Amino acid sequence: MGRERNRVVVDASSRVPSGTGRNPTVIQQQAQILSYKKLRDDYFLLTIVAPEIAETAKPGQFVNIRPPADRQFILRRPFSIYKVNRRGEWAATIEVVFDVRGGGTAALASLRAHDMIDIVGPIGRPFAIPKNRNSCLLVGGGIGAVPLFYLAEELKGAGKRVDVLWGAQTASKLLNPIDAKRFGAQAVFTTEDGSEGVKGRVTDVMDDLLEKCGTEVIYACGPNGMLEAVTRIGQKHRIPVQVAMEALMGCGYGICMTCVQPVWNKTRDQIVHVRTCVDGPVFNGARIAWDNFASDPSVRASPAGN
Amino acid sequence: MAKAPDLSIDLAGIRLRSPVVTASGCFASGKEASEFVDLKKIGAVVVKSMTMEPWPGKPTPRMAETPSGMLNAIGLQNYGVEHFLAVDLPWLNRMGVPVIASIAGNTVQEYIYVAEMLRGAPGVVAVEVNISCPNLEDRNNMFSHDAKATASVLSAARRALEVPLFAKLSPNVTSVAEIAGAALDNGAQGLSLINTVMGMAIDIHTGKPKLAGVVGGLSGPAIRPIAVRCVFDVFRAFPHVPIIGMGGIMNSGDALEFILAGATAVAIGTANFIDPNSTTKVNDGILEYMKDKGVNNLASIRGRVKVEG
Repeated sequence: MGRERNRVVVDASSRVPSGTGRNPTVIQQQAQILSYKKLRDDYFLLTIVAPEIAETAKPGQFVNIRPPADRQFILRRPFSIYKVNRRGEWAATIEVVFDVRGGGTAALASLRAHDMIDIVGPIGRPFAIPKNRNSCLLVGGGIGAVPLFYLAEELKGAGKRVDVLWGAQTASKLLNPIDAKRFGAQAVFTTEDGSEGVKGRVTDVMDDLLEKCGTEVIYACGPNGMLEAVTRIGQKHRIPVQVAMEALMGCGYGICMTCVQPVWNKTRDQIVHVRTCVDGPVFNGARIAWDNFASDPSVRASPAGN
Repeated sequence: MAKAPDLSIDLAGIRLRSPVVTASGCFASGKEASEFVDLKKIGAVVVKSMTMEPWPGKPTPRMAETPSGMLNAIGLQNYGVEHFLAVDLPWLNRMGVPVIASIAGNTVQEYIYVAEMLRGAPGVVAVEVNISCPNLEDRNNMFSHDAKATASVLSAARRALEVPLFAKLSPNVTSVAEIAGAALDNGAQGLSLINTVMGMAIDIHTGKPKLAGVVGGLSGPAIRPIAVRCVFDVFRAFPHVPIIGMGGIMNSGDALEFILAGATAVAIGTANFIDPNSTTKVNDGILEYMKDKGVNNLASIRGRVKVEG
């Protein structure tokens, strides 16, 4: 059955983090699709006219989209914000990228320009951009690379060095490597089948890359197994790792308690269940109790659910 | 000119400005939802169930979406009654919204502890007793699945509390009316129905249950006909007892079904996850219906489904 689980407790006095769930900028609105595009083989890109959300959204935050009505699947789907365009010929837009996992995302893939969607956002605690650390490595697993595009733009804007490391099963699941090469001082790709870049996983090349790039902070998003391994490598090199966690969500605004992650408290003597949607999705990798997940990671569904 | 319909209701002697309340566990304590919702339009906030000690809840995955519904096994994660009294209740009082506290436990003693802590709590107009918890003293059978266990929890809570008690009933029994009778004979003034319908979903690729808790509670529109039928049955058996009806209400039309079946008030649960403003939309829709149909107050249509014979 795998690893032994630590006992999880809840102690209001040691809540991690302070998480009141209050987010004064979150709004719900009907928004128009500006355009729809297929990226490579497996990913879809929606550009959504959402000026208020675009105005306040920060890298690492997400939006929660209600699939078109009258379908058998009713819950919203959370999507990381891929890009934000505040100055365009049109009103400000946000972009999301998704792959089709089931009925809900299939319905989203059928949306076209001018269709209206019900959207809530921006949600969640964004990536932190440290003042004193300048060399940033972004590690993305498959579609997990989505929020790292917007992050890269912000980091470059803040004058940071950005290096990218994307990994996937196969070439068609690497997200937009052309743009990644453009903003990455170093851009390394790994595929498990060797169809592009280095054959293997991101963790196979990380040690070398960290040294070559003089990395001072790591940002990662992808499957839990990858995030855990990236966190451990970061710890070995004494480099902080910010992870954007994926979770199945019921509500996306802090009430249903579906999307919790096991997180160590500050004194590391207790693990508490912390909501991904409003207390995450970005966490300090060192605070996640990686041994406390269900033993078979495939049981855990990924970010956008189905 | 006809006067505007009166949305307010009498629920076990409590006057609520709207028949629409929140379903426990589907609105937390209102803080997060208040970013979207005007709490002043809601009849009452029925808060997430609270227990004697903080409960950590179950491991993930805690939810599986199923056709027209969601299956969950959260495990009543909550920070405990003391946290509720110190943090959530003062906030709700400041918002000026009536509070119905929901209590839960694994033993009768745990229910008594929480009930006693809530005695005299300001703004708590009623207490809902969530008896859909495993009873550690009876092979983890849910209290709500057994008339005797239901009776023992309700009578204990009755002794500790002066406000009206609502028993939250499970549909997973042969006769909901029988359990309702046991609750009413032992101190419940009202009934909340229904809690979730027990269900299970399996991932055929891994061969494992989709929930870490293996089985869970189904909510959402998938269970609405079951809930309407339960309200109908219980109203027929106990026509003078106030009922908070719930189960997959997504809009005002759904809510009115419950009222025609016999509900005094309606609670919105899963719909809050999808549209944080569901409660106020249902409220507004009921008002429109009353205007259209010339209904002055909801008591006049409660339970008035036209059944031949």
